[in-house]
Amino acid sequence: MSLQFNNEQMTEFKRLVVRYPEGKQKSALLPVLHLAQDSFGGWLPTEAMDYVAGLLSIEPIEVYEVATFYSMYNLKPVGKFVFEVCQTGPCMISGSDNIIAYIQNQLGIQPGETTKDGVFTLKLVECLGACGYAPMMQVGKIYREHLTKEKVDAIIEEYRMQVVAQN
Amino acid sequence: MGVKLLLEKANVPGIRTYDVYRREGGYVTAEKALKEMTIEAIVEEVKKSGLRGRGGAGFPAGMKWSFIAKPEGVPRHLVCNADESEPGTFKDRYLMEFLPHLLIEGLLISSFALGSNDTYIYIRGEYAWVATILEEAIEEATKNGFLGNNILGTGFDCRIHVHRGAGAYICGEETALIESLEGKRGNPRIKPPFPAIQGVWMRPTVVNNVETLAAIVPIIKMGGEEYAKIGIGRSTGTKLISACGNINKPGVYEIDMTISVEDFIYSDEYCGGIANGKKLKACIPGGSSVPILPANLLLKTAKGETRYMNYESLSDGGFATGSMMGSGGFIVLDEDQCIVKNTLTLARFYRHESCGQCSPCREGTGWMEKIIQKIELGKGEISDIDLLWDIQRKIEGNTICPLGDAAAWPVAAAIRHFRDEFEWHINNRELSQTSNFGLQHYADPIHVPA
Repeated sequence: MSLQFNNEQMTEFKRLVVRYPEGKQKSALLPVLHLAQDSFGGWLPTEAMDYVAGLLSIEPIEVYEVATFYSMYNLKPVGKFVFEVCQTGPCMISGSDNIIAYIQNQLGIQPGETTKDGVFTLKLVECLGACGYAPMMQVGKIYREHLTKEKVDAIIEEYRMQVVAQN
Repeated sequence: MGVKLLLEKANVPGIRTYDVYRREGGYVTAEKALKEMTIEAIVEEVKKSGLRGRGGAGFPAGMKWSFIAKPEGVPRHLVCNADESEPGTFKDRYLMEFLPHLLIEGLLISSFALGSNDTYIYIRGEYAWVATILEEAIEEATKNGFLGNNILGTGFDCRIHVHRGAGAYICGEETALIESLEGKRGNPRIKPPFPAIQGVWMRPTVVNNVETLAAIVPIIKMGGEEYAKIGIGRSTGTKLISACGNINKPGVYEIDMTISVEDFIYSDEYCGGIANGKKLKACIPGGSSVPILPANLLLKTAKGETRYMNYESLSDGGFATGSMMGSGGFIVLDEDQCIVKNTLTLARFYRHESCGQCSPCREGTGWMEKIIQKIELGKGEISDIDLLWDIQRKIEGNTICPLGDAAAWPVAAAIRHFRDEFEWHINNRELSQTSNFGLQHYADPIHVPA
């Protein structure tokens, strides 16, 4: 098996599992899938899910049914930065439609697509609990709120610079 | 200025850290509870306080606590519901982000009262940075002897664990949350057995909302009777309202439930009026699942009396002319907003979030979304309105969990109060694609600009 947690990730895995009673290690599945997704390039290939099943001593199907139920797990490869833009009522009445159209235009992709250079993925999501700071999107573990066209431009530029710096 | 019990210290610099929280009187109440009070006395104070669950259902918290089974040798668990996902609601996030130790102190007292040695905070997965803030606060509290073994020499052990969800509104429902905490899909369980008898890992479990558990601190500090004097009627204490939409000052506000809806929207202390000088059209006062009200019924009840921001007044008139306090997610719509479009986004939300277990909800939510989408796109028929009404009625009350009701109510209320806007969309197919119905006869009867 090629996909495996490194030492640091394994330490985190052990920290997560001991939170639950003995024999109930399956309870750690959601946090462990987050860890796996973060560790293996932002998505969960079948191999990663099988690996997690082995670690928790559960059947692979128990992992698949969970991974397909929750919206935060990506079952297909995604770009380096995933723009998850909220489109639910409170964001919509605060102008999210315009922001979504603007992002589509600036990145040249439709919702669900990834830019050709593999840097950005655009996803439309439902309420993220930032209604008072709308329009907004989630990028990785942080929220980008009070979005305007200017702010979107600045955010895209910021991530492009990060990619350049890493290359 | 209303009474502040939860957010009183929210603006103290550094209050997120243990040191500042402690210096400001933090954990003194936990010391009092653990060292000087019996479990029965704590539960009694919570009952006397009249505290109602702040997650949305409004069930009396003290009563919920008293249901917990105590079989010999079986561990019990307190689970804090931080899966805040009801559109319009972001109050728990605020509490956890800025006052994590207030929640931990409330959790400690509550865990002591319920006999929970391992307490879990189930937080929605997207609040990843809030989970980190909580974990840091838990570590600080543990270092300072307020969590861990033999707390304050009382012999009571308590550990708090943060469990991140992964994106599913349904996990805010307590039995779905329990399933999810066990590492499964968030499919709600059939009740009974209730969680108080068989909850997580089939052990007696109490699931309470973040705000409910934070409110335990002021209740124990001041005593249940004093707490109950704040507010009015069965709406005791203070409530956090997360206000959003087309207002000048969106944000989280603590109110004492004696303020009128009109003052809440228009006073500078709270929402600061409708943004951009627009007029108020409608409002969803308690999170997206509660009935939307047009301006006239929002500010005054059908009897013409002032409507107040509390459980009883917001529901005055039932669903015919009233709404609900719900989670306190207060969504304001101005005159430019389209009710059909707004209802469409909510129908889409509930279709997306249905767990798929019960056919009325699984099939009905998708069907409603398609019909509303058709109307929104100018392709609807008048008969579609009656069909929508029929579908929502057949979902309501016919599902294992309240998500079915939550999906049905917004559609029902939109048709009930804004039927002519739906008809206008259908009768003006082209016009409806370029302009909105506007206010028509729903104009705010009080704040009509000169």
